[in-house]
Amino acid sequence: MASFDVMPDMQLYQPVELDDALNLADRYAADGWILGGGQDTYGWLKDRAKHPQAMIDLNGIEALRGIRDSADGIEIGAATTLREIIRDKRINRDYRLLSDAAATVASPQIRNVGTLGGNLVQDARCWYYRRGLSCYRAGGNTCYADTPDGINREHCIFGASRCVAVTPSDTATAMVALEATMVVQSVAGERTVSAEDFFVGPDTHITQMTSLEPGEILTAVRIPAKWAGKKFYFEKIADRNVWDFALVSIAVAMSMDGDTIGDSRFVCGGVACTPHRLRHVENAARGKSLSDESADAVASIAADGARPLNANQYKLPMMENLVRRAMRA
Amino acid sequence: MNPRLSRRRFIKAVIASSAAAAANSGITSAVAKDRPTGAVERLISLNINGRTRRVDVLPQEMLAYTLRYKLGLTGTKIGCNRGECGACTVIIDGVTNYSCSTLTHSVRSRKVLTIEGLQSAEGALHPVQQAFIDELSPQCGFCTPGQVMSAVALLEENPTPTREEARQALSGNLCRCGAYDHYLNGVMRASGQNS
Repeated sequence: MASFDVMPDMQLYQPVELDDALNLADRYAADGWILGGGQDTYGWLKDRAKHPQAMIDLNGIEALRGIRDSADGIEIGAATTLREIIRDKRINRDYRLLSDAAATVASPQIRNVGTLGGNLVQDARCWYYRRGLSCYRAGGNTCYADTPDGINREHCIFGASRCVAVTPSDTATAMVALEATMVVQSVAGERTVSAEDFFVGPDTHITQMTSLEPGEILTAVRIPAKWAGKKFYFEKIADRNVWDFALVSIAVAMSMDGDTIGDSRFVCGGVACTPHRLRHVENAARGKSLSDESADAVASIAADGARPLNANQYKLPMMENLVRRAMRA
Repeated sequence: MNPRLSRRRFIKAVIASSAAAAANSGITSAVAKDRPTGAVERLISLNINGRTRRVDVLPQEMLAYTLRYKLGLTGTKIGCNRGECGACTVIIDGVTNYSCSTLTHSVRSRKVLTIEGLQSAEGALHPVQQAFIDELSPQCGFCTPGQVMSAVALLEENPTPTREEARQALSGNLCRCGAYDHYLNGVMRASGQNS
């Protein structure tokens, strides 16, 4: 397939009111492309692998920017840049997990313009899909990655269902760990959905990474105070320190009772199509202290149930080691 | 009523009326009618290196393309054209951006600084450029404009960075010659620290 240098001909809208953006999203529906920082967008368009008729740029809408108090915790506008999140004092103090995750995204220039909403709803990075091949995720009826000689080193070890792509978003794992709520708007009104339900696997929606329907816009993310100031751990393993997507990442929030772990959330990125919650690890960690012994004990079950493909068995010990590192003293 | 909204509406009305005036000149005669709110005009003003430049911009046009092929500012290089190399780095409102992955229409009301805008009024090199020369930082030189812009943005914000901070700040700029350490030497020299 040919690759092009310039953008294809299309319309651009830069509304300054959310209502105008919602009307445009409704009018264009599946033919409209909601634009945040655009860093995931332009590759699709330049490659002619997606063909929207119009881009609806959200960056001029002030209501979608900024970090505010909410009834319970904070609310972050979807067009807030990762740079703003990384530098925000309050997030660094109370929700360090999120700023740590955001700081590992791509490169400085991309974080400068990349938005939280865009990072959360970005599309899968499977190179067969990205190349515009007609795979299951693109509406076709085959998977090129899960074949005897398919290159699936970076693909999933959990939750495969025809498609074996993984979630590329670093902030998504943090959002699931922090029990965030997504605020979604359309001309029909507003709905909220938990981060865990927002991200959907191929068994639910083969062509979507999230529960966003055409015409809907992710407008904000609400993070509850429940996990504010708790013990956090974030680590991302990738081939390169910059630009790269996670091979495996982990976002952990632990509620400590003295030395003992109480409630916790262990969420892995890069191992399934959605941020993958390790409920059995959370149960096993409850009542344990942060120590090398308990870390070893819990880490040994971290990758239970995984079904690796030909070339990604290495992700199992990676998961175990990330859990181990999260639980060290 | 929120005064901010009313001011914004006022500005939008002014823009709309000037669009109607432009339509009479024959340049954009077909576009003004029946467009949804938020549609962009093609003839726009940009603030590039402190100068206002009028330019005809396609809706989907990228800033690197506008700079190089419409404004003649070819110091900004296009490497990958995908936001994966950093050769096209420019500074927009004090922050580094990949100009290959920035819609020209999104910088209408913002200040763009390119490599051409760094020289002083007398034509002297920017201290970062001079330091890069003194440290023999570039090898082939293709990534250099981008490296310079990232270094300039860093030193504006943090005049005496540590080497690790400089490494982080320049991490979004690839160098196929692998002259990274030489660039870091240059940043340290430009900040007045021993390299």
